Amino acid sequence: MPNIIGRRKLFLSISGALIALSLIFLAVFGLKSGIDFSAGSLLTVAFDSTPTLADLKNELSNQGYSTAIVQETGTQDFIIRLPTLTDAEKNSLEDGLEATLGTLTERGFETVDPVIASQTSRIALIAVALAAVGILLYLTYAFRRMPKPLHYGTGAVIAVLHDVLAVLGIYAALAAAFGWEINLVFIIGILAVIGYSVNNTVVVFDRIRENKLRGVAPTFEGVVNRSISETLVRSLNTSLTTIIVVLALMLFVGTTIQNLAAVMLIGIIVGTYDSVFVAPAILVIWDNFDRRRIGATTSRPVSAKS
Amino acid sequence: MKKHLPGLITIFVLLILSALIVLPMGKGVLFGKPISLGLDLQGGIHLVYQADLSGVAEADKDATIEGILGVINNRINPLGVSEPSIYRQGEDRIVVELPGTSLSDAQKQRIGSTALLIFGELAADDEEATWENDLGRWKPATAEIDGVVLELDSSYFNENTYVTTDQFGSIQLHFEWNAEGTKIFESVTSRLVGKRIGLFEGDTALLGDDGNPIAPVVQQALSDSGVITGLSTHEAQLLSQQLNAGRLPVPLEVIYENTVSPILGADFVDLSVLAGVIGFILVIIFMTIFYRLPGALASLALVIYVALVLAIYKLVPVTLTLAGIGGFILSIGMAVDANVLIFERMKEELRSRRTVGAAIEAGFSRAWSAIWDANVTTLIVCAILVWVGGSVAAGAPVQGFALTLGIGVLASMFTAIFITRTFLRALIGSSISKKLNLFTTETGDQNA
Repeated sequence: MPNIIGRRKLFLSISGALIALSLIFLAVFGLKSGIDFSAGSLLTVAFDSTPTLADLKNELSNQGYSTAIVQETGTQDFIIRLPTLTDAEKNSLEDGLEATLGTLTERGFETVDPVIASQTSRIALIAVALAAVGILLYLTYAFRRMPKPLHYGTGAVIAVLHDVLAVLGIYAALAAAFGWEINLVFIIGILAVIGYSVNNTVVVFDRIRENKLRGVAPTFEGVVNRSISETLVRSLNTSLTTIIVVLALMLFVGTTIQNLAAVMLIGIIVGTYDSVFVAPAILVIWDNFDRRRIGATTSRPVSAKS
Repeated sequence: MKKHLPGLITIFVLLILSALIVLPMGKGVLFGKPISLGLDLQGGIHLVYQADLSGVAEADKDATIEGILGVINNRINPLGVSEPSIYRQGEDRIVVELPGTSLSDAQKQRIGSTALLIFGELAADDEEATWENDLGRWKPATAEIDGVVLELDSSYFNENTYVTTDQFGSIQLHFEWNAEGTKIFESVTSRLVGKRIGLFEGDTALLGDDGNPIAPVVQQALSDSGVITGLSTHEAQLLSQQLNAGRLPVPLEVIYENTVSPILGADFVDLSVLAGVIGFILVIIFMTIFYRLPGALASLALVIYVALVLAIYKLVPVTLTLAGIGGFILSIGMAVDANVLIFERMKEELRSRRTVGAAIEAGFSRAWSAIWDANVTTLIVCAILVWVGGSVAAGAPVQGFALTLGIGVLASMFTAIFITRTFLRALIGSSISKKLNLFTTETGDQNA
C-alpha cells in the first residue's frame, strides 16, 4: 500500500508551488479577457484567396484598426477581434478588406456591449462562489454522521479552489504565450471542472467515511491512507476515460471549442491530483491540529507541574 | 438467467425505442423531428436589445415590454423566419433569436428601431432647427389643434400602408392618417403650400433611390392620406411593413449580437460527431481491456446510455449548442465512472475470495453511496449553471451545457444501477460466472 498520507508534505509542497506559480502568472501576465468580459466585436471571415496573417493585419491597420487581434484558423479563415463595431462600421471594414485581399464571406459576427460584458463577469464570479457554497453545504450534510462533517465540505471546497486557481494560472501563461482569451465558454469549462473535481474528491471521502465506520485502521491517518490506496485505480481510470474524450474533442474539433477542451484537460489532471493528494491530506492535517489543540488544553496543567 | 428475463427485456425494449426515436439522426422513425440545434450550430442571428424604460412609470413597465414583444413579433413575421423566438430577459431586455437566417443589416436594424417617420419643415433663418441636412435646416412640422401644438409623425398613421407602382414605373408608398393625424396634416399642408416637407426617420433624413433626401414640395392642402415617392421598391416595402407593424413605445439599443453562418455551424457538428465517435470507441477499448467481461458489459451499457440520452434530447426537447455537445461528449467519459466504481468494488470482493455473485451484489451496494453523493454535487453545479445562463445575455450556451451535463449524470446513474447490474446478475449461476479470469485480471495471484 503506497504511503501517500505519510508523504503529504511533499505533495502539499507540489500543490503549494503550483498555486504560487499560478498566482505569479496571474499577477505578471494576467488573463486576456475575450469580448464576453471586456466588450468588443469578433468577426469570423473566410477569404476566397489565401492572404497571409501579415497581409490581413496590415490591411486592418490601414483601416484604422491597429489594435485588432487576428487569429488564423485555416489558410483562408480568420477570427478578428475588434473594438465594438456597428453594422455600418463592419460593412465598411469588410468592403475595405475585399478591395485589397479579395472576396470574403462573413462566417460569424458577435458583438458585446460594455454593459453586458461587466454583467457577465460579475455573474461568472457569483456562479463560482455559489457553486462552492452549494458543495460545502451538501457535503457537510452528506457527511453529517461523521465526527467532523464540516471538514469534508471544506476539504472539497479547498480542492475546488485549488483547481480553479491552477486553471487560471496556466491560462495566464497560455495567454502570454499564445494570446488565448477567456470567454463565457471558459467559465463553463471552469464550472465543469468544479463538478468533476468534487466528484472525484467525494469518491475518496466516501471511502474514508466507510473505512472509518468499519474501523479498518487504528488511526485516522491510517484510515485515510488506506482509503486513498483503495480508490486510486478508480480515480486514475475515470480520469483516463474522460481525458480520452476531451482529447478527441480537442484534436478533431479545434478552435471553436478550444477553451472548453483546454480548461477541462488542465482541470481533470489537477482535479485528479488534488482529490488524491491534497483533499484527504487536509482532512488529516486538520484532524491532527484539532487533536493537538485539545491535547494541549488538557495536558497543560500536567506539564506545569513538572 | 430466467429470473432476470423481465429486466433484460425491459432494457432491450428501451434500447429499441431509443434507437427508433433517435435514428436516423435527421428525423427519427418514431419521433419525426430532428434534434434541435442552437443558433451557434445551425447558424442564425441572436440579438439582445436593451429597452430604455427610464421614462416609463414602474407600474407600466411590464405592459411596455409586452407591447414591444408584440411589435417585434409583427415585424419579424413578414421576414419568413421559420421558428423565431422572442422573449423578455430580466427587467428591461428583449432577446430575439432567428435560427437559420441571414438578414440584411437594414432588416436587422429595423427589427428594433422605433420606426417613427417624422415630417419636417424648413426652419426660418431666425428659428432653431432640430436637424440639418444637404437641403437646409429642418425642424419637426407642427400644427396647433384645439390649442395644443402637435408634431406630425407616423404615430398618427393607420396601420394599412401599402406600396404600388404608378403608370410611369415609380414606386409609391401610400399612407392614411387617423382622425387626429388628418387634422394636423391638413393644417400643416395648407400652411406649407409651395414649400418643402422633409421626411426623417428619427433625426436622419429618409434617403430616396437616388441617394438624395426625400423632401417633396407641397402642391396643395391635403387631408386624410398621402403618398411618398422616390424610395426603392425594397426600401418602400420594408418601410411599409415597419409602419404597419406598429411603433415601439420606447427606444431599443442592441447590446449583444451574435450572427453565425450556417456553414460554420455545420462544420462544427460534423467534427463533433467524429470526435464523439472516436472518443466513444477508445473508451470502450479501454474499458474492455481493463475490466474484461464487466468492461464489455459496461461498454454495452454505454451504447444504451448514448441512445437513451439522445432520445431524451429529442423528447424534452433539448436545444443542442456548441457547449452542449461538449457537455454530451464529456458525459461519455464520465458515464463509465459509476461502472468503474462498481467494478473496482467487485474486484476487491473477489480478492477476498467471495463468489462472483456475492461480489456483484456487494460491489453495487458498496459503490452506491459514492455514486449518489458525487452525482448530487454535480447536479448542484448544473442547477447553478442553469440559473446563471438565465441571467446572462449570451447565456444560452451555459444553459445548454448544464442541461446536457445534468441529463448525462442522471442517465449514467440509471444505466449503471439498472442496466449494468441486470446484465451482471443475469450471469450469476451461468457457466460464464465460474470463469474468474473474465472478471478480474488478478485471479492468478490471489494469494499475493
